[in-house]
Amino acid sequence: MTNVIYSLLLMLGVGLLAGVFGAILGIGGGMIITPVLTLGLGLDIKYAIGASIIAVIATSSGSTIAYLKDEMLNLRVAMFLEIATTVGAVIGAILTGLVHPTFLYFLFGALLVFTTYNMIRKLMMKNEDAQNVEADRLATKLNLNGTYYDKALKKQVDYQVQNVPGGFTMMFGAGLASGLLGIGSGAFKVLAMDTIMHMPLKPSSATSNLMMGVTAAASAMVYFFNGSIKAGIAAPLAIGILMGALIGTRIMQHLKPRLIRMIFVPVMLYLGIQMIMKGFGVTI
Amino acid sequence: MIQKNSKAKEMHQVELMIGQILRIGVIVSAVVIVLGILLMVIQGNGGYPNGVQPEGFVAIAKGVVALKPYAVIMLGLFLLILTPTLRVVVSIYAFAVEKDRLYVWITTVVLIILVIASIIGYFEH
Repeated sequence: MTNVIYSLLLMLGVGLLAGVFGAILGIGGGMIITPVLTLGLGLDIKYAIGASIIAVIATSSGSTIAYLKDEMLNLRVAMFLEIATTVGAVIGAILTGLVHPTFLYFLFGALLVFTTYNMIRKLMMKNEDAQNVEADRLATKLNLNGTYYDKALKKQVDYQVQNVPGGFTMMFGAGLASGLLGIGSGAFKVLAMDTIMHMPLKPSSATSNLMMGVTAAASAMVYFFNGSIKAGIAAPLAIGILMGALIGTRIMQHLKPRLIRMIFVPVMLYLGIQMIMKGFGVTI
Repeated sequence: MIQKNSKAKEMHQVELMIGQILRIGVIVSAVVIVLGILLMVIQGNGGYPNGVQPEGFVAIAKGVVALKPYAVIMLGLFLLILTPTLRVVVSIYAFAVEKDRLYVWITTVVLIILVIASIIGYFEH
């Protein structure tokens, strides 16, 4: 009896924290949840992946409501790129049942380290949100260019989109990773939009949040029916995540991207190295 | 110019409506999940022996009727998985209102992929 309540409260707490950070950073809670569940609580990685895909959907659904109202979201970019991510996610979810857990740990750790590297690289650059981009013909044809109101800068920002085929290819990879590891692949999605397609960070994050939910829904169907989703773990996590995402979204609108990234770098690097070590069977 | 403004206003209305539909979807699934969790706290377990949980629509439906905590939770989780799909469906409507045929097609392709994913998931088990 008390064990049941303790376990529920623990999952609720993990979900709450993952929700806040996930929404602020424009990633699903999955990047945070799977390391905590496997490294911290010793859960089988397959069930961690199942719980985390639910968490990803909860984060996305919870926070896109707020983003939609703020009109930072670019629905056309989201839907066009979803074609690539959902196809990737289905393939990834099928592959997950076929590969060894060691491979999943290693891949997850490598992904975290890569994401950290990417964040550090961006911190070194100055004027990160300055836009000096010419729209390419494909972006114009697909009507992908957009506009949003920046609360921190207190002005309307128009932006153009570049290198659509590059972004599309990256999104297929993001979908594959999402289905395989039960993550939202938010870092990859933001990378595809903000680095490859040169969208500003805030609409990239908002759009990435919506895309994560749709991508995760594709692979979640597979996990739901093959028994990878455990009710007692996934449910309290999802509720915690929903509450956390609502709080995180409020905070996000008043922060500057540089600060967001600086908070994130050391945590990501630490978790990434831990996951790789776990893949090799070493526990620090 | 006036026409453009009224169209923008209409789109704004549609987007707010989408927001409302989604909010209802998220709230309904969250309420069902919380209900399941409360049942679990009250009954002290998931309602199935040895941590087994219901799989498939029939087992879940039977469990929900019998108010078994895990079954109610699984129903809520399934509704939560459906929310992003609902998002895609209402987006098709939004693009249709905007008379953007290209994006009606693009979004429909996404919906078809999601449906295929569900079918694969169902038969892979």
